[in-house]
Amino acid sequence: MANRAQIATNNSALIAMIADEDTIVGLLMAGVGNVDLRRKTNYLIVDSKTTVKQIEDAFKEFTTREDIAIVLISQYVANMIRFLVDSYNKPVPAILEIPSKDHPYDPTQDSVLSRVKYLFSAESVASGRR
Amino acid sequence: MSGSGQRLNVVPTVTVLGVVKARLVGATRGHALLKKKSDALTVQFRQILKKIVSTKESMGDKMKASSFALTEAKYVAGENMKHTVLENVQTATLKVRSRQENVAGVKLPKFDYFHEGETKNDLTGLARGGQQVQACRAAYVKAIEVLVELASLQTSFMTLDTAIKTTNRRVNALENVVKPRLENTITYIKGELDELEREDFFRLKKIQGFKKREIERQLAAARQFAEGQVAEKVSLQKGISLNSAQNMLSASEKDEDIIF
Repeated sequence: MANRAQIATNNSALIAMIADEDTIVGLLMAGVGNVDLRRKTNYLIVDSKTTVKQIEDAFKEFTTREDIAIVLISQYVANMIRFLVDSYNKPVPAILEIPSKDHPYDPTQDSVLSRVKYLFSAESVASGRR
Repeated sequence: MSGSGQRLNVVPTVTVLGVVKARLVGATRGHALLKKKSDALTVQFRQILKKIVSTKESMGDKMKASSFALTEAKYVAGENMKHTVLENVQTATLKVRSRQENVAGVKLPKFDYFHEGETKNDLTGLARGGQQVQACRAAYVKAIEVLVELASLQTSFMTLDTAIKTTNRRVNALENVVKPRLENTITYIKGELDELEREDFFRLKKIQGFKKREIERQLAAARQFAEGQVAEKVSLQKGISLNSAQNMLSASEKDEDIIF
């Protein structure tokens, strides 16, 4: 049980986001955005000018920050840093792949769903979805 | 794996046999309990798997609805609404709280979202499209609700996965390593004890035989001695000792006075 993560109780944590601008704007409207004293944000807007390096750094930063409980990442962004997402295996913060507006959601590419399917038989996953 | 050579390195005595037997009982009980735990975790695991799949689907729908609401809001409030939103970010008003849930001794994290403080986006779209902006906000809050639920499910899934693996490893270790080893030790000790008993029995039998032969020998010697005694007594009664009679005969041979 060496890799059991410390699960903090009764404290408040943030939701971090790595996604395209529209998704971020929508989520910020719901009020999840946060800017700390050093002007560090808990979100990264990915556009055509964003490099993979920037995304990697943001992902690493969000997964190591202690005040973040959930990391939302657009699926097409997750595909860019797939190796990082797949090698990530800690329970907290949870990595969640979300669909983005102009990239339809593909359940087969999801790292968690592929593991679910590996454990579940393929047809019961299909029947569960219907 | 469970070869007969695998056993604990112990001294084969009755006391150790008792101790090892007690350990075997303990291992058997522990195995049964762990098996039950593993089963309970697996049941929970399958439920979570089903929930994850269905929640992922509903997440797709919710995100689609919220994206559409955002498009509507943008259409009404203008493109530069997003700049207002991005500028207004200060502290998070929607946060996540985590608590634990206990399933068969495994602590699963559960996330709850909650609102904290006043939202800064109340005045966004005041000039135009306020209703659409608020609708969009509500849609995204709903989406986040699903996302948070999904996140807690996913975290539980990961935690349970490792917990089940550990438990199964323990169950298998007990079943395939610890229990056969203890059983082997018990048979070894029993065999050794039997051997010792047989050896002891054989030794006793040997000693008994030896003693019997010794007694017979002594008896025979005593009888011979007694016979000799009786013979001497008889000869004494006749006047001549057995030895002197013999001596006389041998002496007469050597007597030089006797010519013939």
